[in-house]
Amino acid sequence: MDHLERLENQSIYILREAYKNFGNLCMLWSVGKDSTVLLWLARKAFFGHVPFPLVFIDTSYKIPEMITWRDNLAKEWNLEIVVARNEKALAEGMGPEKGRIECCTALKTVGLQLALKEKQYTGVIVGVRADEEGTRAKERYFSARDKYNDWDFREQPPELWDQFKTKFAPGTHVRVHPLLDWTEINVWEYIHREKVRVVDLYFDQGDGTRYRSLGCYPCTGKIKSTAKNIPEIIEELRKTKVPERAGRAQDANRGMEILRKGGYM
Amino acid sequence: MTAADHFSSEPEDNQRENFQIVFVGHVDHGKSTLLGRIYADTGSIPDGHVEKVQDICRQQGKEFEYAFLFDAFLEEQQQGVTIDTARTFFNWKNREYIIIDAPGHKEFLKNMISGAARADAAVLVIDAAEGIRQQSKQHGYMLSLLGIRQVAVVVNKMDLLGYDEKRFREIEKEFSAYLKSLDVNAKHFVPASAREGDNVVESSASMPWYDGPTVLGALERFEKLPPRADLPLRFPIQDVYKFDERRIIVGRVAAGTLSIGDHLVFSPSNKTAQIKTIEAFNVPVPPSSVSAGWSTGFTLDEQIFVERGEIASLAENAPEVTSLFRANVFWMGMAPLRENVSYLLRLATREEEMRVTQIHHSIDAQSLQNAPSRGEIPRYGVAEVTIQTKHPIALDRYSDIEVTGRFVIVDGYDVSGGGIIMEPLEDEFQGFRQEARHRDFLWRKGEVKQSERVIRYGHNPGLILFTGEKGTGKARLGRILERKLFSGGRHVYLLDAKNIQMVLGRDLSETDKMEMVRRFSEVAQVLLRCGMIVVSTTNTFALADHQPIRELVHPHKIITVHMAFQKGSLPEKTDLDFLESENLEEAALTIIRKMEDLEILL
Repeated sequence: MDHLERLENQSIYILREAYKNFGNLCMLWSVGKDSTVLLWLARKAFFGHVPFPLVFIDTSYKIPEMITWRDNLAKEWNLEIVVARNEKALAEGMGPEKGRIECCTALKTVGLQLALKEKQYTGVIVGVRADEEGTRAKERYFSARDKYNDWDFREQPPELWDQFKTKFAPGTHVRVHPLLDWTEINVWEYIHREKVRVVDLYFDQGDGTRYRSLGCYPCTGKIKSTAKNIPEIIEELRKTKVPERAGRAQDANRGMEILRKGGYM
Repeated sequence: MTAADHFSSEPEDNQRENFQIVFVGHVDHGKSTLLGRIYADTGSIPDGHVEKVQDICRQQGKEFEYAFLFDAFLEEQQQGVTIDTARTFFNWKNREYIIIDAPGHKEFLKNMISGAARADAAVLVIDAAEGIRQQSKQHGYMLSLLGIRQVAVVVNKMDLLGYDEKRFREIEKEFSAYLKSLDVNAKHFVPASAREGDNVVESSASMPWYDGPTVLGALERFEKLPPRADLPLRFPIQDVYKFDERRIIVGRVAAGTLSIGDHLVFSPSNKTAQIKTIEAFNVPVPPSSVSAGWSTGFTLDEQIFVERGEIASLAENAPEVTSLFRANVFWMGMAPLRENVSYLLRLATREEEMRVTQIHHSIDAQSLQNAPSRGEIPRYGVAEVTIQTKHPIALDRYSDIEVTGRFVIVDGYDVSGGGIIMEPLEDEFQGFRQEARHRDFLWRKGEVKQSERVIRYGHNPGLILFTGEKGTGKARLGRILERKLFSGGRHVYLLDAKNIQMVLGRDLSETDKMEMVRRFSEVAQVLLRCGMIVVSTTNTFALADHQPIRELVHPHKIITVHMAFQKGSLPEKTDLDFLESENLEEAALTIIRKMEDLEILL
């Protein structure tokens, strides 16, 4: 087994544990490379099927190519998409100019909470990785959220020998993180090996820039890069000392700690 | 540009691997300094970062320390959250190291355990000046319980002792003996000074007497151990999928290899079937065999009912099946683990109710001596115990097969403890169970499958066993039940043990009752294999004899019906009970409803 096979088989095991243990399960799909790899792993785990809905958090600020791409793939792979939107906040004019943390909280965290509440999901599969940023490095594969969606990272139960937290109190839910051990490079290596399709925004399309991480257009910057294909991206990542999410504005000033404790993915 | 273009380039570099190392040790023995030094000396710290921390130190009038560097690095990665196990990453040669920094404080032991349980190897740091301390030993002990076999010990702060070889050798001797007693073989003892950079990344000129690897060298020498394909096959069933026409048994191969055509036995149900296909998505040709470590799925040649929690193996090397075993457990729950309290045990994919029948003694992680217990294991305690599960489960000795020889204990909603199986014990009915397993594994099946009989007959086989004193109406109720079932089109036979005793048991005396029970059960199980519903009414057997019957007709479904003259205490595992004075027609209907609930009747 090479390192990608090990990662793949562990992730498939986790996905199957989630499917077995949570009666009402969903997966967040942002259309980014990580959650698209996650979706691919689900198809492998369930032999071509995706036996749960994919929740797409629509902030209305997503890069338009992402939406088109999502709809095409959903049709082709026969996916059930649930769009989560905080309509009330949007109607009241919520946007990044009101504050990045405020905007992320209202449109993403609360948007997700509304969907969780409406659909009563007890398990939510999320494609976060430990190497993305610090708070995610503290996650468990199966991580409890209380009824306020809060995450108590100081009092997490132990997780050992692939025995996960699958029991939970009524009103609470569990976040499942099958990609926790993957690094950014692993994700690209895997996309390359399995020929997983990803949106073109990740590649330099002639202007010497590309997206390294995808989010909402007002808060996600492109990086200078001439990487036009996956091997070039991998080569570039091996040399860089700049964090992956440097282009993501909400991460600044402990923003992720504040966001994630309150239920952000 | 089309999507396909993104893949068209030189092949990927497949030589790289991810390697997880947990750093443990007593608080303040210098883990952070060591990690700071490793990150700095391997060029893994972002540009300008070292200078920035040096500047801050200068401004604050503090001497620069590598621990600050690591903490600042951590702070940056962590965004201030500093209490849990955290992972940091660095690349060196062809490895992506994931460093799990486990806090030394006692109260963080559960985080250390979570980190260490998934590590490929461990580095244990000991302060040369302070020597071996409480957590040095406790962490060493936990590494052994968690099955971390690759350990390097770094004897840090050698500069404080003038790089004295004698002191290093003393610690090496004492601690390697301690680890050896735990069956942990420390690959390297490295004398180092993280502060001065001696033997961290570069070899030290101050310790010419040491010719072993540096700390980084020790990390490089750790091996990525392959999953255990060399052991006997163990495949814990994770789930059974029916998304399309295929009925796929899924799970991860825990040990050994499985191949198309293998005759599998499932424990504890004792069912047997042959692998027909191995299923996979997005592969040009499905594999013909799969080894340890792979999450896979297969179909069987026969539709047998097997479920999550069972372990598939080959007949000649099957796991043990018992409800009683001796184990070493560690406890992390807020409330202590108490004797004779019900908890949930999880072993591989099996969940089963359990209780600790006896805490033999607590184990003092310092001395490894036994200490008396007070009927409970406190938080962070370790003890040797006997565990009883409600139903028999499949398991192995930890020393034989790790994955099926270890378990966790769930208290309420949370995993609160873990343990390794030292020895399966014989519970009361082990003999009968062994006999049934042996029989089932070797049973030569006919052409017609059981699933076909179920479809033809419209019901599953099942045994309705009546208990109770003579004269309470067992035989009358049994006959009414047989008649009703037969009238309803069911295949049913009333088997009275007297009939078995008369001929098959002719050579037996009154004292050979267990042998009589065995012969009766064997006849019953043949009828059950035929797909029949068997109703048994007899005074021949005492209540205590019903458990052996259960073992011998396992895994067929049984309903026990108790009859009495007046309300009183019921025998264990009674499903239904009636009084002699009750309307027996009604009673028979109640039994039929129970048969529907248990899906004997479909």
